[in-house]
Amino acid sequence: MNISYDWLKSLAPGLSESPDELAERLALLGAPVEEITPVAAGLEDLIIGRVKVVRGHPNADRLSLCEVDNGEEVVQVVCGAPVIEEGGFYPFAPVGVTLPGGLQLKRAKIRGEYSNGMLCSEKELGLGRDASGIMLLSGDVSAGQSLIEVLGLDDVRMDVEVTPNRGDWLSHVGIAREVAPGGVAGVALAPVPGASPLDLEVKSGEREVSHGDVTIRIDEPKQCYRFLGVIIRGVKVEPSPQWMAARLRAVGQQTINNVVDATNFVMLEMGSPMHAYDLGKLEGSSLIVRKASKGETMQTLDGLEHNFDSEMLLICDTAVPHDIAGIMGGMHSSVTSDTTDLLLECALFEPKSIRRTRRALGISTDAGYRFERGVDPEGHLPAVKRALEVILATAGGEVDGPILDVLPRPWEASALKLRPARVEQVLGVRFDDAELRALLTPLGFTVENGGGSKGGGKAKASDDLSVMVPGFRSYDVTREIDLIEEVTRAHGYDRFPEDLAAARPTTVEDDPVFQLEDRLRTVLSGEGLFEATNPAFAPKHEGQVELSNPISMEENRLRSSLIPGLVRNVEYNFARGARDVRLFELGTVFHAADAGEPPREDLHVAFVITGRREPEHWSGSGEAVDFSDVKGLVETVLAESGWEGAAVTVPADVGSAVENSEDDSAADPAEDLARGLLVPPTALALLAGDGTPTGVAGQVRSERIDAPAWAGEVWAMELTLPAEPVAMTTPAYRPLSPFPGVDRDLALLVPYDVATSAVSDAISDAGGELLERVTVFDLYQGDGVEEGHRSLAFRLQLQAWDRTLTDKEVDRVVGKIVKRLREGLGVEQRL
Amino acid sequence: MSHQNSLIQTLQDLETEALSAIRAAADGEMLEALRVSFLGRKEGRISGILRGLGELSVDERPPVGAEANRVKEVLQEALRAREAEVISSGGQADEAVAGAEDLTLPARHSWKGGVHPVNRVIDDIWSIFRSMGFVRARGPEADTEWYNFLALNTPLDHPAADEQDTLYLKDSLLLRSHTSPVQVRTMEKHEPPIRILAPGMVYRRDSYDATHTPAFAQIEGLVVDEGITFIDFKATLAEFARRFWGSGTRVRFRPSFFPFTEPSAEVDVKRMITMKDGTRVESDWIEIMGAGMVDPNVLDNVGYDSERYTGFAFGMGPARIAMLKYGVPDLRIFFQNDVRFLSQFTAGSAQ
Repeated sequence: MNISYDWLKSLAPGLSESPDELAERLALLGAPVEEITPVAAGLEDLIIGRVKVVRGHPNADRLSLCEVDNGEEVVQVVCGAPVIEEGGFYPFAPVGVTLPGGLQLKRAKIRGEYSNGMLCSEKELGLGRDASGIMLLSGDVSAGQSLIEVLGLDDVRMDVEVTPNRGDWLSHVGIAREVAPGGVAGVALAPVPGASPLDLEVKSGEREVSHGDVTIRIDEPKQCYRFLGVIIRGVKVEPSPQWMAARLRAVGQQTINNVVDATNFVMLEMGSPMHAYDLGKLEGSSLIVRKASKGETMQTLDGLEHNFDSEMLLICDTAVPHDIAGIMGGMHSSVTSDTTDLLLECALFEPKSIRRTRRALGISTDAGYRFERGVDPEGHLPAVKRALEVILATAGGEVDGPILDVLPRPWEASALKLRPARVEQVLGVRFDDAELRALLTPLGFTVENGGGSKGGGKAKASDDLSVMVPGFRSYDVTREIDLIEEVTRAHGYDRFPEDLAAARPTTVEDDPVFQLEDRLRTVLSGEGLFEATNPAFAPKHEGQVELSNPISMEENRLRSSLIPGLVRNVEYNFARGARDVRLFELGTVFHAADAGEPPREDLHVAFVITGRREPEHWSGSGEAVDFSDVKGLVETVLAESGWEGAAVTVPADVGSAVENSEDDSAADPAEDLARGLLVPPTALALLAGDGTPTGVAGQVRSERIDAPAWAGEVWAMELTLPAEPVAMTTPAYRPLSPFPGVDRDLALLVPYDVATSAVSDAISDAGGELLERVTVFDLYQGDGVEEGHRSLAFRLQLQAWDRTLTDKEVDRVVGKIVKRLREGLGVEQRL
Repeated sequence: MSHQNSLIQTLQDLETEALSAIRAAADGEMLEALRVSFLGRKEGRISGILRGLGELSVDERPPVGAEANRVKEVLQEALRAREAEVISSGGQADEAVAGAEDLTLPARHSWKGGVHPVNRVIDDIWSIFRSMGFVRARGPEADTEWYNFLALNTPLDHPAADEQDTLYLKDSLLLRSHTSPVQVRTMEKHEPPIRILAPGMVYRRDSYDATHTPAFAQIEGLVVDEGITFIDFKATLAEFARRFWGSGTRVRFRPSFFPFTEPSAEVDVKRMITMKDGTRVESDWIEIMGAGMVDPNVLDNVGYDSERYTGFAFGMGPARIAMLKYGVPDLRIFFQNDVRFLSQFTAGSAQ
């Protein structure tokens, strides 16, 4: 909401603060000022020029040569305006001036003729949208005068941020009520220049009121609470006088003509939107508030054609609509220079109905904005009277008959109970009757004793107050708590103490999934990975859950997997020359659910790594990460994943487990998507303790990532985290043997089709309880190893709890292991 | 070569190898290992060679034995001498011998990782509230109009619902536009006292620009109990703000409007900034959170007695706070996941 500082001061004569001081106070009242700008910023050096003579430009048909009196001398100016009046006064920018748009004026030769400055249009001055011609100034002006002075633009515009509950702040009077010394009582309308006092009667009716042949009627009293109309005859429609144009310009409102400007002026001053119709264009001289019939159409003032549905409220004559109620008027009956007779409307509409129509039609207007937030139900008569004063003073004419007032149900102020004890319960500070009265009265509330008769308060009813709410606050102050907020605001938020008191412990437990996230962040960043975050939006093939109003059609779904986003992050980093990219992400993914059910959400953890195993170092070989690194990282993640007994499986371990789940596409489509990105021979399936697939890992297929030639293999993992993570297991102590252990190395010739894990398992099993640990410490294949085999070296660590093992015992265990390997797996010892 | 000569040759090779290993040994432990390895009675390599004497004729044995004894003595002497050197240098290898000629060469490190800057901010905020008795709560990101609006005293046709233009799924389901639904879900499941912090992603129909992203993190807080007042509300949040933004920070509460709190407030801070020359200056007022006393309608909606319980709630945007705290000019940078950016927030760097 743009507020003119000058206008505000005209309404609150006692106001003495500077714009900056006022802005500070407004912020503390709940209406922060976003920007304070001088209205005429950049116009300081412009003056009034009088065009004495206009001649055609010798070398250009569309240009004119003007002799312009700048108050000191007459200079030649080249001008492209279609109409230039000899003897007319225009805004003149002399050479050396910079216009608000940034154009710096120089003495220039245009088609062979010198131009010493520029005659300006409204648009060029930033004063309006009219760029069709230069701005002809009327009234008592002379050449050389300051433009700011002539236009009355020596004002400051304050852009006040108004919260949606405070529709009453969408006017100068509304803001004045908050800031005027003494509050509401300190606000008074300034006299309209040239206005004479009006004494008008009001003629009321429940549904319909007429005067002469003019009738106004409400057919929809649930959506239209009140409709006032006034007939004005014999007006002369012309540009607004300087004082009104200055007010409107100061708040950035376009000026149109004296009648339309008057309605805007009153709305901006007092908050009541109104509309003036050309009475001669109304069929049957009537205005009827009714619902549209389906398919009915109308062209609005902005030239757009609108199509209505049967819920939309229109204001029509006996034949066609002339106004979308509370939103925008129609073109046909708009006030033009030919208009002589007016029907002025000032009405009150239901906010919800306005909002619905406005949204459905996609129109945003000042009137609709105010009706949605609630217009003062007591403000109509004063607003109409103000508008009549302005119209009669600026456009002439006469009021024909009384003010016609269709009022289906008069508005009644409501009384709210205010309990001082409740105020104290919420605010922690005790306010007595007198204090509450002193805080609320300046805001327009009427405070009386003894509100305790109705409802809850049993004892001490006499302490309770009864507070009458003024119309302009009837939308946002409907409950006791709303009054308590007013008490807080009026007292000043900053005046409440800030004593930190002890609190009782909560009944809620810290969510274990957050704790799981904490652990995973610690572990993965400790493993040298950076945490990435990606928005959950995904293209069609990466998600099942569709957005009904997406921001872009390219990302109209919610992701079902984290890996695609991380792969894009790797591409982004590759494109910037990074070879070593190690990222992880913890994020929500979404899966389709039954109709009407919210989508299923899972928390996933995923990582991508590519590049060197260790940071480049002068001693190192710079080896790239490989399958074994990834498998190790996966095992680390699984150990912290909150799944009980989670494990990594590879095809060789579990035969066809991975193949099977790959076929079973219904099991987890997210997993399918992630797996589709991975190279099959390296793909790992991650299983929960009960064997349920919970994730995948492997090398990203090179055709699925846009990687430069120098880039290394890209590896990825994704794991669904449990909704209820298992608690961290408590470590259990095992006594350490006091007796020395024995190491034995075993070199084995293992056929390709026998998995290392199978060999390990067989060794552990055959080794029995004396076998403490089995480690693979070497792998060799190639020369000297039989075709189709590899040489695997295992270190066996044997130890007993109660004695030193003898060579004989150790030999026996090793013999047993060798036998088992030979007989069970066809694995021979390599000698 | 005869077997005898080959054994003598082996012993001499062993001598050369052992001497160079002894020279390179950096401490007593390594020397002891070498002693066992070469001279050990059972496993030592010289003993191993002498076991091969059995394959020689009786005549051939003495020269090999003599050579073995000579090598043993040489090695024992070398071990003694090196031991003395090591002890006199305090157990440290001397540079030249250890082969590390230049100690200024860069050290060997593992990869450094780090938590995302926005999540670092969430962690910082959490640790302050944890110390004030808060616990964390979570809720779904896809939710219903009831939890996102209606239960929070926000009618769907109120302009307030416009302010956070919502992303919808089918069937009137939506992506939560704030973390406030967690308030409602927590109160439905638990009785007061409630003291929760609810970090999480929220979604709005905003296009990407420097200060908007359609998905962003938010942190919700809620306190409900008997006797919670506007004073507790101000005290708790001012305490948080001073701890988070540093000593000397001024905190300001301004009236505002949220459908689910009343009285509602915006919380601003003015922090002390240390300039390059060491002088401390005050920043402008910066808006850091929206907050207020829980609206009685919200308490009624979850079945609490709003005449008995009062509370306060607050919400803040950790990404915007991260912008301020780390000087990041554009919110979109947080979603680029550029490793050059992320590495500015490594595990060890100051908070």
